[in-house]
Amino acid sequence: MTTTLQRPQQVDAEDAARIKPRRRLTGGGMLHAYTWLIIGWLVVPIAVMIAFGFNDTPGRYNQSWEGFTFKWYGRLFEYPDLTSALLTSILIAIIASLVSGALGTGIGYALGRYRFAGSGSLNLVMFATMSSPELIMGASLLSLFVSAGTGLGPVTITIAHIMFSISFVAVVVRARVITLDRSIEEAAADLGANPWTTFWKVTFPIILPAVFSGVLLAFALSIDDFIVTAFTAGTTKTFPIWIWGATRVGIPPQVNVMGTLIFAIGVLGALIANIRSRQTKRAG
Amino acid sequence: MSRVKRQIAPYLLVLPGSVWLLIFFAVPMIAMLSLSLQEGDIVHGYRFTGHWQNYTEAISSYQTQIFRSLLYGAITTIVLIVLAFPVAYWIAFSGGRRKSTYLFLVLLPFFVSFVLRTISWRQILTDEGPLLHPLREAGLISASFHILGTPFAVIAGLAYNFLPFMVLPIYVALERIDPRVVEAARDLYANPAVTFRRVIFPLALPGVFAGVLMTFVPASSDFVNSEVLGSSETTMIGQVIQAQFLDNSDYPTASALSFVLMLVLLIGVFSYARILGTEDVMKVAAR
Repeated sequence: MTTTLQRPQQVDAEDAARIKPRRRLTGGGMLHAYTWLIIGWLVVPIAVMIAFGFNDTPGRYNQSWEGFTFKWYGRLFEYPDLTSALLTSILIAIIASLVSGALGTGIGYALGRYRFAGSGSLNLVMFATMSSPELIMGASLLSLFVSAGTGLGPVTITIAHIMFSISFVAVVVRARVITLDRSIEEAAADLGANPWTTFWKVTFPIILPAVFSGVLLAFALSIDDFIVTAFTAGTTKTFPIWIWGATRVGIPPQVNVMGTLIFAIGVLGALIANIRSRQTKRAG
Repeated sequence: MSRVKRQIAPYLLVLPGSVWLLIFFAVPMIAMLSLSLQEGDIVHGYRFTGHWQNYTEAISSYQTQIFRSLLYGAITTIVLIVLAFPVAYWIAFSGGRRKSTYLFLVLLPFFVSFVLRTISWRQILTDEGPLLHPLREAGLISASFHILGTPFAVIAGLAYNFLPFMVLPIYVALERIDPRVVEAARDLYANPAVTFRRVIFPLALPGVFAGVLMTFVPASSDFVNSEVLGSSETTMIGQVIQAQFLDNSDYPTASALSFVLMLVLLIGVFSYARILGTEDVMKVAAR
């Protein structure tokens, strides 16, 4: 995600000036308005989710607007099973993002740095995991766990989340490693550093931001995942699974509040990461 | 010594991740294939008997849902190309310094859980919701008018949830176009419409292809939108597979159905790739 967000800054003023005249010819004003219309459409359900977290509804049934209140923010942890579902989600996301961060970085670094036999098929497998329908991945994992006779629970969910996150981390890290200036490492070697020291003192700090974005991406994929989780959860409830189970009995406003907080933290994190990458780019 | 080290270094680096992908991505597919050819039930256990009738039974029982899923997926994809292309075009060519801001806004839904987003739509579209209730009070729609439960609601939900996956690849393809190429078309007296048709659109096609892949596959195998926004008239194959696996524990039928869906999607993707030309596909895959 970070890579696509960074790209636009590379367009320099010269390019912008060259593109500008054509904008008048293609009715840019209408397209501009249309783009905002689509963004508006994308934002509507998010706005509704946030708004109904402030709804002064009498009970669990949160459908029509009854007035403004802050009380659900104070009574956030009123449903113990909802709270534990949220904690389960966070715990799984932390473990899954750290493990897939480590495994994915290994693959991403090797693919970006070395040419080796088998890298082609590894790329193909990564492409397959990223483009396979989640339904098929979830169903096949359930088939494996059923055939092997293992139970389902937090462990199988975490295993599944690590599986589908590895490739995303690897792709993000590989993109950074490919653009790495190797003369810096050669300089370290010339100054007498052995490969091990060179890696940890020179290479790793340079690719660390990419590793960090990969881990964040994996965390985001894990905490929001529903489909693969539904197949590998058994009776364990994560935050999205709890919501899914509650749709028939009514979704309490606390869910909206938690959704709002996750949304706010995610947006803030992305903004900070974006600003920081802009600063480092300016410094470098 | 150090040369040997350098040669085994990449293998040591990829080993843990590759083993993980092998055990939890490749092996499960084989487990599912084996399960789809077994007989038995959850109480007495399953036995591998090469029972390929699971497939014929699954197809004949659920052909309506399979066909409906592919139809909904195809409609969603076409709708998304039409909806997303102008957005990607405007951001790529006129976004200026705000490009990253606009892309960020397009990605905003990803900061809310998929399930929660879809449920939020149900809240909006329900008969007593903020959209239909005032319209009915004003007498603008009849009492029997619903949005929820219709194919329209399901397809709109699918389009909503997968829109960013169409905008992003088209944007990336458009953003890579060298402005000088467009300029050259103008210098050669192509009007804006011809420039778009003969220069910009062909260059954007790899992005459209990637977008089709990234939306058609998840949309036609989705089970959340139809479950939340649809009715028994809109049941998709994903719902059937989910119910057979998780509610009925009829693993052989469910696995057979999953394989049928996967095969249909693979055949669809590959024939689409053939029509478009394999070269473009390879370029997209190589990225």
